[in-house]
Amino acid sequence: MQFYIQNALGGLAYGSLLFLIASGLTLIFGLMRIINLAQTSFYLLGAYIGLSLVTHGWNFWLASLAGGIVTMALGLAVYSAFLHRYHADPLTSLLLTLGLTLILDDGILALWGGDPHSISPPAIFAGSLTFGTLVFPVYWLVVIGISFAIAAILFLTLQRTMLGVMIRAAVDDEEMTRGLGVDVNRAFYIVFAAGALIAGLGGLLGGPITSAYPGLDGELTPLAFAVVIVGGMGSLGGALAGSLIIGLVNAFGKALFPELSYFTIFVPVALIMAFRPQGLFGRKL
Amino acid sequence: MRIIRSTCAFAVSLGVLCMLLPTPSRSASNAPIKVALLAATSGSAAAAGHDMVAGWTLYWSEHGNAVAGHPIVTTVYDTNSNAGHALDQARRAVEQDGAQMIVGPYLANEGLAVAPYGIEHRIPMFFPTVSADDLSQRQANSFIIKVAGWTSSQTTHVAGEWAYEQGYRRVMTLANSYVFGYENAGGFAQTFTRRGGKIVNQIWAPLGTTDYTPYISQVQAANPDALFVEMVGADAVHFLQQWSQLGLKNKIPLIANETTTDQSNIRTLDPALVEGITSFGHFAEGRDAPATRSFIEKYGKAEGVLPSYMATSFYTAAQWIGQALETVHGDVSDPGMLLRAVRDIKLSDSPFGPMVLDQYGAPIDNVYIRRVVATTGEAAKYAKTWNVVIKTYPHVSQFWTWKPSDYLKQPVYSPTFQGYTK
Repeated sequence: MQFYIQNALGGLAYGSLLFLIASGLTLIFGLMRIINLAQTSFYLLGAYIGLSLVTHGWNFWLASLAGGIVTMALGLAVYSAFLHRYHADPLTSLLLTLGLTLILDDGILALWGGDPHSISPPAIFAGSLTFGTLVFPVYWLVVIGISFAIAAILFLTLQRTMLGVMIRAAVDDEEMTRGLGVDVNRAFYIVFAAGALIAGLGGLLGGPITSAYPGLDGELTPLAFAVVIVGGMGSLGGALAGSLIIGLVNAFGKALFPELSYFTIFVPVALIMAFRPQGLFGRKL
Repeated sequence: MRIIRSTCAFAVSLGVLCMLLPTPSRSASNAPIKVALLAATSGSAAAAGHDMVAGWTLYWSEHGNAVAGHPIVTTVYDTNSNAGHALDQARRAVEQDGAQMIVGPYLANEGLAVAPYGIEHRIPMFFPTVSADDLSQRQANSFIIKVAGWTSSQTTHVAGEWAYEQGYRRVMTLANSYVFGYENAGGFAQTFTRRGGKIVNQIWAPLGTTDYTPYISQVQAANPDALFVEMVGADAVHFLQQWSQLGLKNKIPLIANETTTDQSNIRTLDPALVEGITSFGHFAEGRDAPATRSFIEKYGKAEGVLPSYMATSFYTAAQWIGQALETVHGDVSDPGMLLRAVRDIKLSDSPFGPMVLDQYGAPIDNVYIRRVVATTGEAAKYAKTWNVVIKTYPHVSQFWTWKPSDYLKQPVYSPTFQGYTK
């Protein structure tokens, strides 16, 4: 029993981190048909910036926000300089963001070196909760809580605000939305910026779980894509469900079949591709 | 027509000029010695690559970048942490740039890729960090020398014996699923079970795993007397962090291999996560001996941190090869002579301790039981924690107590052969 609870909680914590990356990925793709490979690099860059600020005495939360703001500014710069020309051109935008990933990776290596950096959670959350023999780090609960809060904010924005209405309309039918006089381009900028902000913010928040080291982004990318495929392109609810599914499958797959750990993650992906290609919550293709 | 004539004239005069010039001789008193240093300066092993270059250049800058009047010209080739790329770079170094010896690379698979090429082209290859067992066992070759290096299972044979003596009887192993992990775990499992211990379960985790908690929860469920663990780089950082977060650090004792608590990993970790962990290695930066102390102080001044075993290996390899070049007066025209000179060197003390080579090209040296503790003295300027020596096993061979001929009859360690019957 303890084994299952332990892995379930670990899987939820890891899955909620994946949500911070995948939510931006899925919204950006759903709206602009841009596959932003650099989403995980934003996460890593956010982690390093946050870490540097923390070692200079910044507050943990402020530092992660600052990391998010820097990656948001970077994301906006890249979007307005290059990417905005390549809507609905997945191949070109894919190559562009791949190039951005390489530049960011080498920049990170040059600035911060190649040693892995561990990141400690804020002191008040550093301990563990113990229930009998079950031990669970407090910080993991905090990460789960923060991710769900961010998910709630995103949902409310999409469902209850004018901006959200515009974004949803543009995801469904961009041409018609433009025809109705909606400034879709503004929504594009906002979504791209929000995606970069959440990923960058997640970097330091997730740091105590993933730590920061060159190549982390490359390890997270396949997982983030698995989430998007399972959940359905462009669906925020799908990203949340997909994150939790992949997080749990990852945890139980490794625990029950350690030698097949990469395989088990892609079992749900293969099943979805075979039986429901649009993903759990995606629109019918 | 005029153009052709003048071109011909130019070509002829060039030819004459060439004939007039003296032919350069390889044994000229100041001919440079060209060294190809294969190191990953990009990719997953970039941190190790940095340390390797730092160790190597520190030694040569102390010694005027010359030996016996010959300047040492080192070119660093980036292997990109990739075996195929390492081979391309070795080819480029030898065929285009005329390298006379290869030092490095870092990863076992890179070393295995480069080895056949070097043997075929009769290029001396020095592997200070490539520890793959077979490069000095079943595939040993006179062109391959693990100068200032090690053999993966050499240190963990000792760990298996020690674990049994501590009274541990049921031990689990957790290692990365690649050559280095199999050999580390195999060395431990074989000596531990030979003494009468029992291996409860062996977990192979893919290299590059971020989330170790599912594996850790399996260990927790089995509740062994101790856990033998092999981790490298970021994997070590993740594992140590999560091991502590899940509250197991003071419950189940860890028997760590060398790389898990290497300085390059523990320097970034909170001391509370690592202090008190026992590990086995051929290097201990906290070893209380003049050769180690003076090296870590020099390295600290140059780099601002304490050295990893990678940096130390390349520093010591430079010292070793430098001494050998001294005995051949810098003449590298005959690779056989250079290789013999390198094999004959005995370091009575080095940052690792005393080191000599066996006839298979692997070092016989000290293996240390190490413990992570807070730094003291000069070292405290450069790091919070370091590995100090608890016990020294002197003069440990890659064959431990077996006769080489007997040992070589068994296959190399792999997931299917771990030195005991399941």
